[in-house]
Amino acid sequence: MKYDVAVVGAGVVGALISRELSKYDIRVALLEKCNDVAMGTTKANSAIVHGGFDAANGTLKAKLNVRGTELMPKLCADMAVPYRNNGSLVLAFSEEEMEHVRTLYERGVKNGVPKLSVLDKAQVKALEPHVSDEVVGALLSETAGIVCPYELTIAATEVAVTNGVEFIRNCAVEAINVTADGFLLATTQGEISAKYVVNAAGIHTDDIARMIGDDSISLVARKGEYYLLDKSFGFMADHTIFQCPNKMGKGVLVTPTVDGNLLIGPSALDVEDKEDVDTTPQGLEFIVEKAKKSVPTLNIRGAITSFAGMRAHPVTDDFIIGFSAKNDCFLNVAGIESPGLSAAPAIAEMVAGLLKEKADWQEKKDCVLTRKAPVRFRHMTKSEREALIAKNKAYGRIICRCETITEGEILDAIHAPAGARDVDGVKRRTRAGMGRCQGGFCGSKVVEILSRELNMPMNEITKFGGNSKILFEKTK
Amino acid sequence: MLEYDLVVVGGGPAGMAAALAAHEEGIEKIIVLERADTLGGILEQCIHTGFGLHYFGEELSGPEYAGRFIEELYKTDIDVKVDTMVLDISADNVVTAVNNFDGLLTIQAKAIVLAMGCRERPRGALSIAGSRASGIMTAGTAQKYVNLDGYMPGKTVVILGSGDIGLIMARRMTLEGAKVKAVCELMPYSGGLTRNIVQCLEDFGIPLRLSCTVVATHGKERLEGVTVANVDEHLKPIPGTEEYIPCDTLMLSVGLIPENELSKNAGIQLDTVTNGPVVDEYRETSHKGVFACGNVLQVHDLVDFVTEESKLAGKGAAKFIKGEKQENGVVHTKGENGVRYIVPQNINRATDNDVKLYFRVGRVLENVTLTVTCGDAVLLSKKKRKMTPGEMEYITLKAEVIAKLPADSTLVVSTKEA
Repeated sequence: MKYDVAVVGAGVVGALISRELSKYDIRVALLEKCNDVAMGTTKANSAIVHGGFDAANGTLKAKLNVRGTELMPKLCADMAVPYRNNGSLVLAFSEEEMEHVRTLYERGVKNGVPKLSVLDKAQVKALEPHVSDEVVGALLSETAGIVCPYELTIAATEVAVTNGVEFIRNCAVEAINVTADGFLLATTQGEISAKYVVNAAGIHTDDIARMIGDDSISLVARKGEYYLLDKSFGFMADHTIFQCPNKMGKGVLVTPTVDGNLLIGPSALDVEDKEDVDTTPQGLEFIVEKAKKSVPTLNIRGAITSFAGMRAHPVTDDFIIGFSAKNDCFLNVAGIESPGLSAAPAIAEMVAGLLKEKADWQEKKDCVLTRKAPVRFRHMTKSEREALIAKNKAYGRIICRCETITEGEILDAIHAPAGARDVDGVKRRTRAGMGRCQGGFCGSKVVEILSRELNMPMNEITKFGGNSKILFEKTK
Repeated sequence: MLEYDLVVVGGGPAGMAAALAAHEEGIEKIIVLERADTLGGILEQCIHTGFGLHYFGEELSGPEYAGRFIEELYKTDIDVKVDTMVLDISADNVVTAVNNFDGLLTIQAKAIVLAMGCRERPRGALSIAGSRASGIMTAGTAQKYVNLDGYMPGKTVVILGSGDIGLIMARRMTLEGAKVKAVCELMPYSGGLTRNIVQCLEDFGIPLRLSCTVVATHGKERLEGVTVANVDEHLKPIPGTEEYIPCDTLMLSVGLIPENELSKNAGIQLDTVTNGPVVDEYRETSHKGVFACGNVLQVHDLVDFVTEESKLAGKGAAKFIKGEKQENGVVHTKGENGVRYIVPQNINRATDNDVKLYFRVGRVLENVTLTVTCGDAVLLSKKKRKMTPGEMEYITLKAEVIAKLPADSTLVVSTKEA
């Protein structure tokens, strides 16, 4: 198949780039090596939209963070993605750290971050009563927020696919040959040719670049571990609460999520194996200890799950975005660590701009960049529910009892553009299995529904693609 | 809006027994709402035997035990709606439910019986380090796959936790041809019934490793193995005792949690130890006219006791509906010295029945003297050779003894080891 652009990697960056490119009258393929979008760094991170005061002045990180944070509220509203402008605090526990807070303030002002202020102890406690009494002061960033990173990616992919982008899952790129008019990609789904390649392969961007002889990208795989606490603990933080940053990153944060849970983490451990997202006792212990420094009354008995994610730390300490020195039709989007999620909308804008400058593309007339809100039975009023069930009975059957998710919502998730193909895909799109019982009751029902809708035997259904099957053969 | 005398939330053994008991007491308009597509609750997947020894005096499988009640229920004019999920109970006892044939249902009830059962504690609550591979599931989920869906969820299995479902599944998986490599129990004693340890593990040569836990899971896609380690007296893994066990499945049987989200949303007072509602001797909760029974009230070991408790709740609900429930001040109950909780938490002094106080101990106790006191008065004293946390105990108080206790006094059940 011949494409104008092949985007490698359906994380938040690749998906938002595809959405931008879907405005044009061109053929775009979004290639993903996993069974779903948002399977790498995107699905396991802090889910924060940063103010933009952290990155050094003049860096891409600083510029794209500020722009991304500015774009995020409307982007999320347009695609019905959960976003909340809750603001963030960087806590200082000593005069020395207060100095650092003031440095961050000045840097933020230089970076063009609006609505920053330095607070004293009383002001911090007034905003966040559960913060430690040891706090001296804090930096308040009012433009900071929280977002659901995988829902943003799912929505962006849905929009892209609706506008004609082809989403190809289980499509790992194994080799790239440079041809007379572009590239020939050898993938696990066959050969794909494209005039331009956008390398948005996250932690694997260095490997992908190397396929065309570009070895300029140097990444460190940095693992971060998190605890997610039950919604009954969501009240413990309203703002996203940071501590003063260190050389490994922004340190351990305590934040509400858009779903009302409490998230703490991450740890930061450089690892050899890029796929090593195992949690460790040390890592989990570390984040609890650090998080308690900010919020001492935090009780880890409220944890409903823990997880780890991988960050692609560039040794240059800045995003690497631009055409490869080896080939000016091959665009690297690499080293997208924090504040990558915040910057993603701006990265997409920049990448589409770089490509548009080269190529003579026409904008499509009928392109729709918005997404209708998915049905959320749990948020509906009685009359809305009645009307919904009257229209489609499947919305009257509750599958996930902890989160009140209906069969209709699960069917929507499966049949959406680039829809769910596995249990975790249903979970990310609907929240079925994300509640207190963590899929104990509904997991088998979701397997049954996937099996029926995808016309696959139950023992072919996976948790998240590959060999993550749930069932073996039939019983004797 | 529909109107019923009694709405029973849940059509498992508890809900069915409560509905039938209320019916026997002459209550006419009763409806049972069940979220699954059949009556019977969790018993439907419990195809092993051992049910009914106390209540029927014979050994039945789970579906057989449930079947007897289902049959009884369908002989009456009690209404049943399956595949129907209750969403809300209001302050004035209006039940909102939903299904895909009626849509949204609102029912005004004179009385309500809560019989939602319990759920299994998931992995997340345990914070086991390692990968998020497939093949990690609760024993009950595995039981559903094997017994109802007819699929094997694994071939080589390690079970964490020695709760009864875990023990039953160790035997079940073995019978289906899987290899169960070990059952690991964090505590120095099992959380399950002795008879299950003998019949499900010892008879099949499956090792039970006490004071042992899973510290890590391995495998990126499907589970490939677990690391287990022994724990010290503070339940912390002992460095150097780690052992890797290859397996494709980790089953968790690490505790059951009463499903009280509806109760909580209705503002019903819960006991912090049982995680079930605070009730009186007829299992009436802090919310007038709302009763609770079965595993939603306290996690039981034996369905026979669930039935007994639920009949009491059904009878209580009938009395409430008929305006016959007597009140003349209450006596509170409390566990001490190793007794973790007491159900019921309150007893009406005007009760017309002897009252069984159900409880569990917090650790294994031997040669125990069990006493019930009120102030300085010793009301009852009983010797017990052995008591374990895995087995629910009870002690019976006579109605005439209760009637003589001062209002608002506290009955204390405590243990003393010789």
